[in-house]
Amino acid sequence: MNFDFSDEQKQMRDAARKFLTEKCPPKAVREVLDGKAPYDKELWKGLAEMGFLGVAIPEQFGGAGAGHLELCVIAEEMGRANAPVPFSSTVYLAAEALLLAGSDAQKQKWLPKIASGEAIGTLALFEGKGNPSPKAIKLQASGGTLNGVKKPVPDGAIADFAIVAARTGSTGRDSDISLFLVDLKAGGIEAKPLTSIDPTRGQAELTFTKAKAEPLGAAGEGWSILTQVLDRAAVLLAFEQVGGSDRALEMGRDYALDRIAFGRPIGSFQAVKHMLADMYVSATLARSNCYYGAWALSTNASELPEAAAAARISATQAFQHCSKNNIQVHGGMGFTWEFDCHMYYRRANATALTLGSLSYWEDQLIDRMRKKNAA
Amino acid sequence: MNFDDTPQEAAFRTEAKAWIQANAPKQYEEELRKSSLGRTVLKGANILEVAKAWQKKKADAGWACLHWPKEYGGRGASPIERVIWQQEEGPFGKLSGMFIIGHGMCGPTMMAYAGEEQKRKYLPPLASGEKIWCQLFSEPAGGSDVAGLRTRAEKKGDDWIINGQKIWTSGAHYSDYGILLTRTDPNVPKHKGLTMFFLDMKSPGVEVRPIKQASGQSDFNEVYFTDVKIPDSQRLGAVNDGWNVSLTTLMNERMSIGAGVSTGFPELFEFCNSLMLEDGPAIEDRSVRSRLANYAVKASGLRYTSMRAISALSKGERPGPENSIGKLVAGSMVQEVAMYALDLQGAAGVLSGPEDAEVAGKFQAMLLRAPGTRVEGGTDEIMRNIIAERVLGLPGDIRVDKDVPFNQIPTKGRT
Ligand SMILES: Cc1cc2nc3c(=O)[nH]c(=O)nc-3n(C[C@H](O)[C@H](O)[C@H](O)COP(=O)(O)OP(=O)(O)OC[C@H]3O[C@@H](n4cnc5c(N)ncnc54)[C@H](O)[C@@H]3O)c2cc1C
Repeated sequence: MNFDFSDEQKQMRDAARKFLTEKCPPKAVREVLDGKAPYDKELWKGLAEMGFLGVAIPEQFGGAGAGHLELCVIAEEMGRANAPVPFSSTVYLAAEALLLAGSDAQKQKWLPKIASGEAIGTLALFEGKGNPSPKAIKLQASGGTLNGVKKPVPDGAIADFAIVAARTGSTGRDSDISLFLVDLKAGGIEAKPLTSIDPTRGQAELTFTKAKAEPLGAAGEGWSILTQVLDRAAVLLAFEQVGGSDRALEMGRDYALDRIAFGRPIGSFQAVKHMLADMYVSATLARSNCYYGAWALSTNASELPEAAAAARISATQAFQHCSKNNIQVHGGMGFTWEFDCHMYYRRANATALTLGSLSYWEDQLIDRMRKKNAA
Repeated sequence: MNFDDTPQEAAFRTEAKAWIQANAPKQYEEELRKSSLGRTVLKGANILEVAKAWQKKKADAGWACLHWPKEYGGRGASPIERVIWQQEEGPFGKLSGMFIIGHGMCGPTMMAYAGEEQKRKYLPPLASGEKIWCQLFSEPAGGSDVAGLRTRAEKKGDDWIINGQKIWTSGAHYSDYGILLTRTDPNVPKHKGLTMFFLDMKSPGVEVRPIKQASGQSDFNEVYFTDVKIPDSQRLGAVNDGWNVSLTTLMNERMSIGAGVSTGFPELFEFCNSLMLEDGPAIEDRSVRSRLANYAVKASGLRYTSMRAISALSKGERPGPENSIGKLVAGSMVQEVAMYALDLQGAAGVLSGPEDAEVAGKFQAMLLRAPGTRVEGGTDEIMRNIIAERVLGLPGDIRVDKDVPFNQIPTKGRT
């Protein structure tokens, strides 16, 4: 047993951290936060040059072919830096869906573009409020075209293509759902940016009117593929959340050492110390659950569904816990626009919702544990 | 990152499995499987005897205290092998409870500070469970503030004469030996005047009085010392360096307690899986599922945190203060889990008789034992201090008595 990343993987993490510290300082995040740009194009280009976008994409499709453990360490750094780029939608959702279910031609067309930074991808799943469910999908596919509305679609307004979940049957079963690949730059699609609690990761409404679409994976297999994509993305996003938790904890710790009140650093007051200790505890539990998720993801183990749900819940809780208490440690300063605390608070609460809410994953976890128990 | 056994580990597992299969006291397996924190009863058998017999059998075949050196009764095994053993030992591992303090804390302290001859004499019977050890640190005047202790040791010729009182000493009533922290110089600040010894609990002048606990059981004791004689050769570490010696003990305590403490989650999950509520199975209730999921990720988080610690250990890293997390999280979790399991039982949750209560009163017993778990081996607050100060690097608490000679420190809450 070796329950840790390898030295090479840790080196990759260091390289990613160094790169992001330099190219993605809080100032850069603020450009996007303040609405000056929909995402950081320079950073996106740099990430491609570093080989980070295609790290888990096989070499034959233009990637580095390293693997998912490597992608996990990069994801952690993306979260730590709060990077304002469409990384999660393109790399965790679109690329994973292509890898899992794409035809050779589809992979050949899109994966190299993802790796090189030329194409931004996303997953168009939700249609208004609610959690992932086949029943909630109304968007219709017929005769190779799609009709309907998807929202919120992460990075939908800047994406070049989308994997779209559509209804192709009316039996009332999961097999009514199929996936389609849509070139968003072709006709029939209107993309409208939406405001959200975290402007550093855009959300959009996509309206499909007789939009041309090609099937992704077998007809009727959509829901089963989606479930796998969501599980894989859950692990990867959990690493971002852990990166964010760690950074929030670090910010809180540094401020507690620096700020003096009543003649002492506030970090010497037990109420503050214990709050920071609890942040450490939740971040550590999440990290450990994520490591297990990383192992399951990289080996495609049968434990993946359960491990993914556990990583997702734990990391969601940790990021919310650490980012909210980081503001508390900072006092009034923490509530100002000038301080960076709110960027992590926003990101924590936005990522908590993007793949289905906490309660959805809680439900999933217990279902999966029950199945395992019964087996 | 992988969970696969190396060929060497796989061979060890096969060997361990086969030996356990052939030798474990199978007649108690079911009862042990069902037992939980606060309730381990073996019908018609004395658990102390069963535990000692199992430990002795393990020792004779080379399966006791796996990570200790062979010459001290262990096997010189790797940390991973120790974990593999625990996995394979399963419910029979619950029989090791009364040896935890000896194996986890006293043994390592002896190994670090006793003379070679003493180690060869005392450690093997400790490993084999023939002799049980206890830890005599806490006193009415010093629990969290261990260094506030008052038990005196005075040098007379080649001996030390001990007078004073210890409290909360687990297992003192069946222990053969103990490690003892005493004050040898009250004229210097409290941390600087302590000295550590080990002693024979049957020494004249040692009196053990069991304390009845909140749980109703009696696992810990008061221990009185009246002119108890300890030869200087049983001193551990230098005179007045007892604080540093005790830190070795406490660090090992955290490691062994943190790794072994139960969270109550598997019990709760099993319970919810079979429990029927008014409107259907508990496991299908939304709020139950949410609670369960929250506990599940804490329990798995702890499990994988300790696996990460073991991986680090096996690469030669030392157990650090971050291991305080295990006891901190599991301690309050087991308490919450017990309360929740009773809540699910409604009015009948109050009943604790094995015949009337669900799952033989397991959660009721857990509820009543849990408060102790959050106190023993360092309270939640002390654990948080350790994480904040020693992991996160925050300032230490203000210690007004730090530089004051011990005999000038105020002793009452109000001064
Ligand atoms: C079941 C059980 C078994 C035990 N077994 C042993 C044993 O075998 N050997 C042994 O030596 N001892 C043993 N103990 C004693 C145990 O180590 C102490 O009880 C424990 O360290 C707390 O000390 P105390 O009881 O004096 O409480 P106190 O130190 O008086 O604490 C009272 C309260 O004050 C809080 N507090 C104290 N100091 C601080 C601080 N600096 N910051 C914040 N809060 C603080 C505590 O957290 C607690 O809430 C056992 C205790 C229990 C419950």
